[in-house]
Amino acid sequence: MGAQILGVTLTPNLMVFGGLATLSALCAVGVVAFPNAVRSALCLVVNFFLLAFVYFTLNAEMMGITQIVVYTGAIMVLFLFVIMLLNLGAPQALKEKLDFKTPLGLLLGVALFGLVGSQLLPTFVGVTQVQTTGALEAFGSPQAVGRSLFSDYVVPFEAVSILLLVGIVGSILLAKRKI
Amino acid sequence: MNGVPLAAYLSLGLFMFVTGVVGVMIRRNPIVVFMCIELMLNSVNLTFISFARYSHAAQVSQDAAAHSAMAGQMMVIFVMAVAAAEVAVGLGIIMAIFRLRNNIDIDELNLLKG
Repeated sequence: MGAQILGVTLTPNLMVFGGLATLSALCAVGVVAFPNAVRSALCLVVNFFLLAFVYFTLNAEMMGITQIVVYTGAIMVLFLFVIMLLNLGAPQALKEKLDFKTPLGLLLGVALFGLVGSQLLPTFVGVTQVQTTGALEAFGSPQAVGRSLFSDYVVPFEAVSILLLVGIVGSILLAKRKI
Repeated sequence: MNGVPLAAYLSLGLFMFVTGVVGVMIRRNPIVVFMCIELMLNSVNLTFISFARYSHAAQVSQDAAAHSAMAGQMMVIFVMAVAAAEVAVGLGIIMAIFRLRNNIDIDELNLLKG
């Protein structure tokens, strides 16, 4: 195979994952760093799209397609619509002031990353995929997901439908000028 | 994909989650704060799917592995549905606040202050 880095063989698969992960991490940073909300939203679209491809690399095809349709298709369009409707004008209309919160937030973020990373990640080092067999062959196919959704998980599914109905009614109630 | 360790997926998820947390803390635009919350939800989704995919690496029976593989994906579907409802209601609240105050800077929203 290829070179060994941290006990992991550098395969083409790992390089594809590395490219996807680097790009999506950069886009995640862009969401926070760009002062303009439209640019943040576009970064988030790219991030969600790349994340769908990460799901494809995990054999979760159905989840990847749902990610593209629901997140990049529906939720981000909603975000862009609201940014457009609010018409905040020039970015300086909502100037991001540099105060004590920014360095404090960054410090807490680094601390959180260090804490969770140092405590949790070493437990899972060395866990790699074994050869897929039988039951996991169709891990993320629409058939498998649908069968599971409508048999074992039908009660949560119905609960989610009620939640979405309440969400629709609530958002109309909030957004309407006069009822 | 074979050859990618579980820790790589978990690191990506952790990085995205921390980025979202930092964004919620330091940004003042509530729309961007919502985007950061979406980022956090997505990183959790990624963690769910990667654990589901690697569940057979744990020493459990084939049947239990298949079951937990499905459980992870179901969780992701429900997180997506809750996120969609949350975004619709949250953006409605932002629109209502904007109509009331003509300003959506979250550091200046102090209506609940006694």
